[in-house]
Amino acid sequence: MAVTERIPASKLIQRIPGGGVFLTTSENIFKWGKASSLWPMTFGLACCAIEMIATGASRFDIDRFGAGVFRASPRQCDVMIIAGTICVKMNDCIQRLYAQMPEPKYVIAMGNCAISGGIFYYDTYSVTKGTDSLGIPVDVFIPGCPPRPENLLFGLMKLQEKIRNEKDADK
Amino acid sequence: MRTNEIFMAIKTDFPEARQEEETGAVIIPKESLLKITQYLKNHRLAFDNLHCITAIDRAERVELAYTLYSISEHHGITLKIYLTAGEENVASLAELWKSANWLEREVYDLFGVIFLNHPDLRRILNPYDWKGHPLRKSYSHPEVSIKPRL
Repeated sequence: MAVTERIPASKLIQRIPGGGVFLTTSENIFKWGKASSLWPMTFGLACCAIEMIATGASRFDIDRFGAGVFRASPRQCDVMIIAGTICVKMNDCIQRLYAQMPEPKYVIAMGNCAISGGIFYYDTYSVTKGTDSLGIPVDVFIPGCPPRPENLLFGLMKLQEKIRNEKDADK
Repeated sequence: MRTNEIFMAIKTDFPEARQEEETGAVIIPKESLLKITQYLKNHRLAFDNLHCITAIDRAERVELAYTLYSISEHHGITLKIYLTAGEENVASLAELWKSANWLEREVYDLFGVIFLNHPDLRRILNPYDWKGHPLRKSYSHPEVSIKPRL
């Protein structure tokens, strides 16, 4: 395998051999830029948030993937990581935060609770059954209870892959 | 002091107090709640801390349980009030212990017990527009999925 094939952006940006010239399209440059600097929201709901924090810290270091700039305002974010149990009381808050994010925006549902309600699916009056039921489109689901930091990093890489392969240039 | 000694001290001044056999909790009628709690706080028993207020729904009645603690004397006691169904109201202790304010809001939210003269009796855990009181036996909610029994 050639070295260039292991570089994620190698399909988008090609280097002309033997020279300092690159060949690409403007669309591909934007995709590459979007995928390489995903700014997540500082937003945690339950125990999954602890794993998300661990992923952000030095041991796992989400910054290696360009997603380490956790912003405290939804207006500066690209990706919302729904990390934890969504209580009914949080519904409005999550919907409003999602609406406040500028396009293009992405959502990662981290953990079983954010996917479907998880262990709170049955016999519970106060838990929302997943991010989908709020009408928020989810790009990547990461199962686990909670998922390990490696899982979150893998989910992030999947999201980056999705962004790089997007057909619609507007998003 | 031990629970029995505290109970005897209460009993001498308030003969209406009884002791629950299983738990050792002191059962008092709801009319004397204010009188007895004022006594417990200011008497030498010195219950300066209201730890917890919770309730138990027994279908025919609702039991209120007040857990009191004395930081200076290192002793504690549980007070209980039996509220008959349909009359779930009791005097508020928010004037006496500041901690009662939110604890009573919690019991109101989850069990529907009305605390009379409470300064701010709103829901505390559930959304303000929530219908019903979830920890009551009679509570049902349309969106709750019941776990299938195998």
